[in-house]
Amino acid sequence: MNRLQQLFSDKKDICSVYYTAGFPQGNDTVTVLKALEDGGADLVEIGMPFSDPLADGPTIQASSEQALDNGMSIKILFEQLKDVRKNVQIPIVLMGYFNPVFKFGVEKFIAKCQYLGIDGLIIPDLPFDEYRDKYQGLFESAGIANIFLITPQTSNERIQLIDEHSKGFIYVVSSASVTGAKKDVEQSQIDYFNRVNSLGLSTPTLIGFGIGDRSTFKTACEHASGAIIGSAFVKLLSENGADAERIKQFIQGVKTK
Amino acid sequence: MSKQNKYHVDEKGMYGQFGGAYIPEMLYPNIENLKAVYKDIIGSDAFQDEYKSLLKDYVGRPSPLYLAKRLSEKYQTNVYLKREDLNHTGAHKINNTVGQILIAKHMGKQRIIAETGAGQHGVATATACALMGLQCVVYMGEVDIERQAPNVARMKMLGAEVVAATSGSRTLKDATNEALRDWICNPEDTFYLIGSVVGPHPYPDMVAQLQAVISEEIKLQIAEKTNKDYPDYVIACVGGGSNAAGSFYHFLDDERVQLVAVEASGMGVDSGETAATIAKGDKGLIHGSLTFLMQSNDGQITEPYSISAGLDYPGIGPQHAHLFDTGRAQFLSATDKEALDAALQLTQLEGIIPALESSHALAALDKMSFKKDDSVVITLSGRGDKDMATYMKRFGF
Repeated sequence: MNRLQQLFSDKKDICSVYYTAGFPQGNDTVTVLKALEDGGADLVEIGMPFSDPLADGPTIQASSEQALDNGMSIKILFEQLKDVRKNVQIPIVLMGYFNPVFKFGVEKFIAKCQYLGIDGLIIPDLPFDEYRDKYQGLFESAGIANIFLITPQTSNERIQLIDEHSKGFIYVVSSASVTGAKKDVEQSQIDYFNRVNSLGLSTPTLIGFGIGDRSTFKTACEHASGAIIGSAFVKLLSENGADAERIKQFIQGVKTK
Repeated sequence: MSKQNKYHVDEKGMYGQFGGAYIPEMLYPNIENLKAVYKDIIGSDAFQDEYKSLLKDYVGRPSPLYLAKRLSEKYQTNVYLKREDLNHTGAHKINNTVGQILIAKHMGKQRIIAETGAGQHGVATATACALMGLQCVVYMGEVDIERQAPNVARMKMLGAEVVAATSGSRTLKDATNEALRDWICNPEDTFYLIGSVVGPHPYPDMVAQLQAVISEEIKLQIAEKTNKDYPDYVIACVGGGSNAAGSFYHFLDDERVQLVAVEASGMGVDSGETAATIAKGDKGLIHGSLTFLMQSNDGQITEPYSISAGLDYPGIGPQHAHLFDTGRAQFLSATDKEALDAALQLTQLEGIIPALESSHALAALDKMSFKKDDSVVITLSGRGDKDMATYMKRFGF
């Protein structure tokens, strides 16, 4: 059983946290990762910064821009993560847009992820068909889970198709929005979560987008295996830097029932 | 692949190895919906009747194909100018916006969003929205808003809301990102009216079909004016490439016609200050399409440069990437200076002040050699009124 499968079979109310690599300082990547694990995060998503992050709102856009200004690149990220499995046990997922991965070389990228002990990838603009036809074999033979997004506009048929080809978990985007749109969970979203759950999917789900505090986290956990916090955490980093104590307080604040 | 379909889009949305729809899942239903209906709408009698009547009476088509006698004498050949500059709003952009606004109406969309660089597509979109009484939001880079104040005012006068894109380099690519983000957040009632043959499938094909009227007319007009029913050359400038796509469309499968696309090389192809995507870019993904683009070694999209705001896009339409890849079209580039010289030359030989974009196509005349009886069609994609400030500065008038 790999780390992602182990996590989802062992735990409920999974707290997954997104942050941007190389932010706020270029060499903060591993510091933040370690602090998240020590603080109680169950899973981390490390964002690979991109010049044109079209599914992201202002908070994550700004963090990407700062990281790129700090000189961040995939090559440097892999360098920073070279000994990561000596220190960090929780599953690690890399998240980023397809062009930098394409430019790096998809095969080379997957091989490097496998070598470093990366568990999964979220590439929002890698289309489902393209993944299935060209890359699924490559990902699966390396033991790297490709994590798909679904949205309130995704049909049941498509969700089921995505489920069939998913490993790890499915990323349930909570509303029609970019990242960081902060609001309370509405009834229409609850209806959508219920619709997803009624499909009896074989892949676990995590809810993300708009989850940023204890209340939204708790609601999301009632409808999925857990939830993903992104912009709210990135905001904390931008205000306080990679401060391990603050990071721990934040995670505990979100997770406390 | 059938011969018929060699240069057009296939059923998967690809042009050879280029194109596709590399979009996040949030945009998938919108794109699928558009993909499912656009061909039928464009092919329907109701659409065609309304589109053709608007092109004729509102846009002012057919645009003339003008034999430029003094220019022809200078180059010892026959140069014909396809006068898109005489269209309503002053460029070819209106062909596309009038068409897409009708598609949006057929789909029952109430709200139109668009991106714009220099403001020409924004003005053409705001114009079509005013005509149809639809809400219009135009995203424009903060930097471009400062540089293009008259077009911002035109859009506002036409009733559009102009929203500043403040992310990234605050220019056209960022305005496109903002428009896509808006579409993600408003998937139900909003139609994204893209201005060029870029973006995810079906946009490159849809926009090319709506600009194809340019080559449809050239074909008829050249037959009237010469003893052949095809030109020997069709030359057009390319940024994203919509006027070139429209100028080439009906000649793609007629290999007697040599197709020439002219990119903007800014300060020079190797100066680092260029927008010559084919010359300096490589394969990758931009705005949902697999094509050529200008990027860093790490796959970050870089900011292009050209004196012409309409050509400084870091990508190029996927069909053009395919035309380059297959050798069907020849790709040249012209520098800022070459374009300015060509603009002044046309103005003083023919009494036509061209847009800076179109001047890049004109600059190709100095880079090619023609036979005396060749017919050479150059698409004059827009007029130069919007560029007077640049011309005044550069020429000292």
